[in-house]
Amino acid sequence: MISVENLKKSFHDGPEVLKGVNVTIHKGDVVCVIGPSGSGKSTFLRCLNMLEKPTGGRIVFEGDDLTDKNIDLDLHRQKMGMVFQQFNLFPHMTILKNLTCAPMLLKKVPKEQAEKKALELLGRVGLADRAESYPNQLSGGQKQRVAICRALCMEPDVMLFDEPTSALDPEMVGEVLDVMKDLARQGMTMVVVTHEMGFAREVSNRVLFLDEGVIVEEGTPQEVFGNPKSERLQSFLNKVL
Amino acid sequence: MQAWLSQLQSTFVDSGGINLLKKGFGNTITITLGALVVGVLIGTLIAVIKYFGEDSKWMKPLVWLCDLYVTVIRGIPVVVLLLVFYFIIMQSSEGITVAIITFGINSGAYMAELIRSGINAVDGGQMEAGRSLGMSKLQAMRLIVFPQAIRYILPAIGNELIALLKETAVAGYVAVVDLTRAGNLIRNNTYDAVNPLMIVALIYLILVVGLSALLKQAEKRLGKYDKR
Repeated sequence: MISVENLKKSFHDGPEVLKGVNVTIHKGDVVCVIGPSGSGKSTFLRCLNMLEKPTGGRIVFEGDDLTDKNIDLDLHRQKMGMVFQQFNLFPHMTILKNLTCAPMLLKKVPKEQAEKKALELLGRVGLADRAESYPNQLSGGQKQRVAICRALCMEPDVMLFDEPTSALDPEMVGEVLDVMKDLARQGMTMVVVTHEMGFAREVSNRVLFLDEGVIVEEGTPQEVFGNPKSERLQSFLNKVL
Repeated sequence: MQAWLSQLQSTFVDSGGINLLKKGFGNTITITLGALVVGVLIGTLIAVIKYFGEDSKWMKPLVWLCDLYVTVIRGIPVVVLLLVFYFIIMQSSEGITVAIITFGINSGAYMAELIRSGINAVDGGQMEAGRSLGMSKLQAMRLIVFPQAIRYILPAIGNELIALLKETAVAGYVAVVDLTRAGNLIRNNTYDAVNPLMIVALIYLILVVGLSALLKQAEKRLGKYDKR
């Protein structure tokens, strides 16, 4: 579904943040990306939907090269949902409007249909009664669940999560992870940058360990957590587990 | 008291001063509002060009042009600008048209910066969230960023509007009878300096106080989604 070939990224002639990442993400994969801070995890994820423009390499999504200058990125982004660490809900819109504005604008979904879908998704995450609230009236965990719904409203083929629980109070982490587990169970393709090792171990089918801009190790959670080969992964796991 | 009232009677009623004041008041309002519209349009245009020009090569010349415009306008007194437009660039136009255009162009340069900093004050994650859903930069600007930027921009524009209102007092330089000129003409006709000028000053003051109150009201309404 997504194949990343020799992805490189540096900012303003600074040092390379990504030094040639190769990875293929298949349909139905739940890939967790772990690694120390500054390792390039978030940059890697943000390159997948071209929020960051790679300085080298290719990203092929459903057969199209996203780094091609002539490609309609907006159209491809519609198929890649993204969830941010800071939620980035639109504060001037109600929750319902947050969810319906993109499908109505971009996919010309009729209002009633968009709202029906939105309410159904909100119901699934237990927030149907907050449809008319504004984002600032919600807790962090609720905001992030709404943000997930907002991305799902576009019916994406893949969901990208950029440290979705890092900005949350500890007691709210669980509710967001539960929604993500649900999503994984339904077969959604997911790429998750996370510090939640429990989630990575339990839900993902592949784990990438990124350090200093390269994938140092990758494999099933059993392999990565149970039998780390490289010294760097071993010392990382010793620190976080 | 009796003497003062009869002085008012002779200054404003007998010599037709009240009509001059009415005309001047109307012209001041027309010029201010006209210039506001022109200024907001120019300011928005420049702000958007500069925002989008940041990461696109072919817009560089446009951005350069906008910078030049802002630099030139901000470096010239508005009276000089007014005279240049009246006597050189727009010779065949009426004073009031020239005044609207000139004050509009002048305040556009200031508005551009106000609007741009308002747009920049909106968290960058908002644009990213819009783009990640598949919106174009322009769509995300229009639906996500700009509606939020308004809250930062509006108070600044209000201040600019108040400044603009007072700036138009120099419109008399190009043969427009605005409020200030009207007061001055009455003084000239009646040899009464105190009452016309006091009245003119009072009208400006009332207008500014009224505008400030309106603005406060508008700000309150725009901030409503902030409340918990």
